Amino acid sequence: MSSALLQISANMQRGDFTLDVHASWPLTGVTALFGRSGCGKTTLLRIIAGLEKLSDAQVTFAGATWQNNRQFVPVEKRRVGLVFQEASLLPHLSVTGNLLYGYQRTPDALRRLQPDAVIRMLGLETLLERRVDQLSGGQAQRVALGRALLSSPQLLLLDEPLAALDTQTKRDIMPFLSRLASESAVPIVLITHSPEEVQRLADRVVFMRDGAIDEICDLQQAMARPDSPLFADEGPATVLNGVLSDTDEQGVRSFGVEHAWLFVHTSSSEVGQQPSPMTNTRLRVLARDVSVALDDPERISIRNHLQVVIQQIHELPDNRLLLTTRLADGQHLLIEITRWSSRQLGLQTGQTVWALIKSVALVR
Amino acid sequence: MFELGQTEWQAIWLTVRLCFFTTVILLIIATPLAWWLSSGRSRWRVAVQAIVALPLVLPPTVLGFYLLMALGPRGFIGGSLESVGLTHLAFSFEGILMASVLYSMPFAVQPLLESFNSLGRRPIEVSASLGANAIDRFFSVILPLCKGGFIVAATLSFAHTVGEFGVILMLGGSIPGETKVLSVLIYDYTESMNYEAAHQLSFLLLAFSFFVLFVVYSINRHFQVTKI
Repeated sequence: MSSALLQISANMQRGDFTLDVHASWPLTGVTALFGRSGCGKTTLLRIIAGLEKLSDAQVTFAGATWQNNRQFVPVEKRRVGLVFQEASLLPHLSVTGNLLYGYQRTPDALRRLQPDAVIRMLGLETLLERRVDQLSGGQAQRVALGRALLSSPQLLLLDEPLAALDTQTKRDIMPFLSRLASESAVPIVLITHSPEEVQRLADRVVFMRDGAIDEICDLQQAMARPDSPLFADEGPATVLNGVLSDTDEQGVRSFGVEHAWLFVHTSSSEVGQQPSPMTNTRLRVLARDVSVALDDPERISIRNHLQVVIQQIHELPDNRLLLTTRLADGQHLLIEITRWSSRQLGLQTGQTVWALIKSVALVR
Repeated sequence: MFELGQTEWQAIWLTVRLCFFTTVILLIIATPLAWWLSSGRSRWRVAVQAIVALPLVLPPTVLGFYLLMALGPRGFIGGSLESVGLTHLAFSFEGILMASVLYSMPFAVQPLLESFNSLGRRPIEVSASLGANAIDRFFSVILPLCKGGFIVAATLSFAHTVGEFGVILMLGGSIPGETKVLSVLIYDYTESMNYEAAHQLSFLLLAFSFFVLFVVYSINRHFQVTKI
């Protein structure tokens, strides 16, 4: 699928804001546009959608020209699903009316998602007959996601879909977004300024700053740099990909690929009603939640011990060190310890040690 | 008290026809115009808005004078019509219809502009992204969400055309069945000191206008254009 790319180049000057973007990325998984407010993420998204008609812009979607000097495919012909910060439901239609608005306008042959499946995926069963002004913010946003999906889009564009929601609602919606990302098979472009959302949802990160793209890399690379902008909120962290097994009698599920098993406590709400075992799940481990031991400690409450090889030792402020280590399956794990404990243990690159993981979060 | 003769009925029927066609034409013209004004990108916007609002401040005689010049046999429009074998438009129903459209334009544009402004672009962007083309968007989103604006625009255009006098007198004169609308007939009756007949029609218009404004203001309150 190397040919399926989204290619954009755009040049724009509006007031003292300049947008100058030349980029392309594969049309698979979730691509996060990450950057501060005002860096041009939304403008870029609107150019992709066809809502912004710049004179100097080219957009190519999987080889098809959406915009260049000579032609401009209008929004309604691009088949992109749009979800904004505000749910933007059509107030004169019911929930069902909103959900089916795009579905009814999608030719039979192009319909890939059916209402029943989408309603189930987003947990909308009980909302269908409601008027849209009777929905909470989170419910409305789920309807907006469903409505976009039911137009069977070739590309889903999400402009900070969680930013206007409170923390609890965010937490409620996140699993639905994760399911959408892994189950819908629609490439997604997600605008966000939240490192957590990137770590949970993205497969690839487009770093934007001052109207330009700094770097495009996949999530693992983006999180390999000790000074990654994705560590701004909660400090360095690692995202591990793997297969999650069934829950055992004690409510514990094992996770990982060969040689690197982790044990995960899950509450049912955290995973929604996903089938198990789940492939392609994602665990997030904060670097400060990992300790180092030279031997495998046996009499200890921490259950997750992994043998890792130290690859790099990086200095952090305040006498702390960040260790980049490699697991048996090749994935990286970041560990944050103090300079003092490193000296005590005599840690060096190339050394094999045990990583003791105090807590992990199942994020997708 | 009300004894309407043939002259009166002819004038009423003519007035209703004039108002009806004016309203229909205005809705067709004012909708895209108000939409364009509300999108607010062009630098011509302010100039166009000022031109649309001109009839609000100009004496009707000024508008009537220029229209008479333009639509008459030697005018730019009237003359062109004559040269292709048609008749000029001064002192004709078509002439006063054209005048009414211009004269009532602000009353159609303003309510539509307001309701388009408060609607915003978002619902349109959403429906476009869901596959609705421009016509579909108009009927499935703009019309239902700006229903109040359309009703107010139509009612005001109709009512304001009923109240037109100066322009018609300048451009149309007082030809029964062609340009002698109610307001002109009232003027004629008063001129000839037939106060009884003038009073009858005046009262009719007074009651009608009150009713229309009453309806408009209650719609305005109930039909606040929904913003999403």
